[in-house]
Amino acid sequence: MIEVSQLHKSFGQQQVLCGVDLRIDEGESLVIIGGSGCGKSVLLRHIIGLVQPDKGDVKIDGQGIADLSERELIKVRRKFGMLFQGSALFDSLTVEENVGFLLDREQTMPPAAIRETVADALELVDLGGTQAKKPAELSGGMKKRVGLARAIVYKPEIILYDEPTTGLDPVVADSIDQLVIKMRDQLKCTTIVVTHDTRSMRRVGNRVMLLHHGRIHANGTPEEIFNSTDPIVHKFVNGIADPKDLEF
Amino acid sequence: MGRSADNPLKDALASLGRVTVLFLEALRSIAAKRFRLRDLVEQIHFIGVKSQSVVLLTGAFTGMVMCAQFYIQFHKVKMDSAVMSVVSVAMARELGAVLTSLMIAGRVGAAMAAQLGTMKVTEQIDALRTLATSPVDYLVAPRLLAMFISLPLLTAEAIGISLVSGMLVAVYLLGLDPVFLWNNMVFYTWSVDIWMGLIKAFIFAGIIATVACHKGMHCGQGAEGVGKATTEAVVAASISILVSNFFVTLVLNKLLIYQE
Repeated sequence: MIEVSQLHKSFGQQQVLCGVDLRIDEGESLVIIGGSGCGKSVLLRHIIGLVQPDKGDVKIDGQGIADLSERELIKVRRKFGMLFQGSALFDSLTVEENVGFLLDREQTMPPAAIRETVADALELVDLGGTQAKKPAELSGGMKKRVGLARAIVYKPEIILYDEPTTGLDPVVADSIDQLVIKMRDQLKCTTIVVTHDTRSMRRVGNRVMLLHHGRIHANGTPEEIFNSTDPIVHKFVNGIADPKDLEF
Repeated sequence: MGRSADNPLKDALASLGRVTVLFLEALRSIAAKRFRLRDLVEQIHFIGVKSQSVVLLTGAFTGMVMCAQFYIQFHKVKMDSAVMSVVSVAMARELGAVLTSLMIAGRVGAAMAAQLGTMKVTEQIDALRTLATSPVDYLVAPRLLAMFISLPLLTAEAIGISLVSGMLVAVYLLGLDPVFLWNNMVFYTWSVDIWMGLIKAFIFAGIIATVACHKGMHCGQGAEGVGKATTEAVVAASISILVSNFFVTLVLNKLLIYQE
């Protein structure tokens, strides 16, 4: 279970998170939506301990992580898998080395077993046979799939997705959505997806949360969010710009 | 984040503190053997093997030019045969370590900062963290240890080639007697002179690797951030080498040379 309490974060003069409270139960699939720069990714990075909060705490299975050292955080992060917006594949390594990175580091499996596990993970994301390729040889969609294989290969309890479909064409975006659902259903893990793709939100999430001005503005099922009469939620899910924002 | 751009002294002290913390953390990682041997070998290859041409050229031409310059002065006082002993002591104590370190700061320090900077801006360093791997263990420790191993060896190589090239200039270009040159050189060059150069190279190795890794891991956003981090790494490492060289010289003179 993940509990976020009174999370505050600012960068310089810019207040990004202003007291976020959140609870995510085991096995839940939460989608965090919100406009660009509203703090979605910052919130996600707090959950995995990549960013330290100014105030407040994040608890993973009851353990507060805000005050943990980098070494202590390593143990906590073992529970997580994360897909980055830009995939963040290690460009000096092959696809196989990228996907098997953690297994190879931990040295708890023989090399042959690691190769087999990596091959299975790549099959799961429909990229069998690409082991020897370097990230530079892959398309954007393929990189996301490799990033996803890397995030799930060691069967984490929680998977975080940072804008998994951003920058992809609709067909590839759809395939990534299907993979997210497949991972959620097969691994029975907790899933947190940060996106501003409303189509993706509807398909992937059991629960949706709208972040606005550093606070949780709305929280409900995808249907409740889509049918909401709240003007901010309505404008966001229907993609309606505020006339004030159109003054160039 | 509170970057104190209006207070450069505070900024510099904070940066020095962060570099020191990174250095100590990397030393702990090396002591605990948290790095992989494969990464260490790769880095030794990159620093040691791929810097051969740079180090050999620097050593050779420095030895030759020093020989040519010292000859003019020594010839005036009829001490021609002492030329190589001065070249030898100067290279062993000072120039071998300093020039090699400056060249390595330019070639390897820049590459380290650019590589780690690119990893930072493309979120690869964050990806390492999410994969339960400390960037210090994976990136900094093997680079620091490889630099500790490679730079003293490169310095010894630069000293050696400078003496060979200086001797060739002295004998074949200036027409000096090789026997006198050799005897004087061996007589006036003590093992302590060589040790001084190698100890300095070891210290400069720590400076180059830590500064370069720190600048890369804390670089700003985008291509501009990587470019700035690379430039800063080379400048900061080079200045640190030159400044620390003075203080290290004072300490080593006290400890090694003037003991008796």
